[in-house]
Amino acid sequence: MGLETEIKDIETNLREIAKGLLKEKKVDVIIGYMEGTLPMLSQPIIIDNEEDVDKLLWNNLCYVNLAKYLVPRVPRFVDPEKGNLKVGVVSKGCVGRALIHLASENKINLDEITIIGIPCNGVVNRQRIEMEIGEKEILEVSVLGNNVIVKGKDFEKEFPFDEYMNDLCKGCKIRKPPLISKYPDLCVGECEEYSSIVDEFTDIEEYDSKTPEEKWKYITDALSVCTRCYACREACPMCYCNLCFVDQNKPIWFGKTTDLPDVIVYHLIRAMHMAGRCVACGACSLVCPMGIDLNKINRKLEKIVKERFGFTSGLDPDAKPPMVDFKMEDAEEFMLEED
Amino acid sequence: MTEPSVEIKQSENKEWEPKIIAFLCNWCSYAGADLAGVSRIQYPPNIRIVRVPCSGRINAYFIIKSLTDGWDGVLVSGCHPGDCHYISGNLVARRRFAILKELLEFFGIEPGRVNFMWASAAEGERFAVLVRKATEIVKKLGPNTKFEKKW
Repeated sequence: MGLETEIKDIETNLREIAKGLLKEKKVDVIIGYMEGTLPMLSQPIIIDNEEDVDKLLWNNLCYVNLAKYLVPRVPRFVDPEKGNLKVGVVSKGCVGRALIHLASENKINLDEITIIGIPCNGVVNRQRIEMEIGEKEILEVSVLGNNVIVKGKDFEKEFPFDEYMNDLCKGCKIRKPPLISKYPDLCVGECEEYSSIVDEFTDIEEYDSKTPEEKWKYITDALSVCTRCYACREACPMCYCNLCFVDQNKPIWFGKTTDLPDVIVYHLIRAMHMAGRCVACGACSLVCPMGIDLNKINRKLEKIVKERFGFTSGLDPDAKPPMVDFKMEDAEEFMLEED
Repeated sequence: MTEPSVEIKQSENKEWEPKIIAFLCNWCSYAGADLAGVSRIQYPPNIRIVRVPCSGRINAYFIIKSLTDGWDGVLVSGCHPGDCHYISGNLVARRRFAILKELLEFFGIEPGRVNFMWASAAEGERFAVLVRKATEIVKKLGPNTKFEKKW
């Protein structure tokens, strides 16, 4: 079974489930993906009646993390009379994780949402394809067999999907939204119960073996192109602060220029804030107009949190997030000690 | 009319000394530093002390802003685990410090610039020893140039 038929199956299932939910009035609105206005993109859509169900779409270009629209709720999700509407969220693994993690931070009430689980097989790394095609305009993108086919005015190119998948998706262990036994009505569609995730961080271990100079060079090369457009912040479901630290001007914590030190500080602090919260959806890297690979930083954080605190984000809505929690026996090998 | 031209020049053979900003918690480490002073225990004059209510008050912003502002090193000291005046401030802070230290290493910034320690109000001697150690570590790393803006 090729990727093409797999996607079609998922899509028909998704539409059926969505139709059923709206018919039985189990949800008031559904947020999902629809065809984007540009060939390589998909965009979110909010539907509230059965006729629109056919607009829902699932393919390997649906990279937006829809949890972003729940915190804070977009106006369409709030009724002036009824208050918060019940929202069905079309969820791949990472969207489900984000919703559950946001619930553990008391940002989402799980009674007010329904997770429509779909098994995700990874999203295409848009930037890599765009970079290979270069200046030419892409007019049509389709999936045939296991290949992504990109068509333009006078060219047609095939990209093997396995190779042009987003790096994070290659090693993804949570492809379906997590099933929470305490909330049996939360998930419809395909969900899975996860007990323990075995994740190998070979990519990060390889990076860690570099010398400090090599690391500094890698980071400065990667981040020097950053224009601080904050697309990564806007796409991230975990960035919901009313006032972001970079926008604060009393006190002005960090410079607002795109000079290297300021850029590095921005990414350093952003990483600090993501510790134990990142759900590895990769949205930040995929929206980056400069193609900066932020996945590496996020993977490192996942590794630190997993090794030090034994925590994986987004699997348990009742767990305390690791950065507001502590254990008496936490490792402190980095503290200064008398000889 | 001619002004005497006074050349202020640091003598060449004078060794470079790092400047370290030290965040000390009010209840243990600040008192520990005080005790070290009262007991006439010598420790390097490189540190400039900022008193904070608790090590849990210390945000990563403080530490990174210190580095961007040109301090060569940052030292953070709090009560020993279990002795916090606010019960668990230092334990929450410890997790934060662990992440920050590993992230600095990941970014290729010398993690030795940022040092963490515990010192109680009765440990003037320990305070002096650890400040000496931190100063040595930072001195070995040399001036902090990674956050310098190039014009």
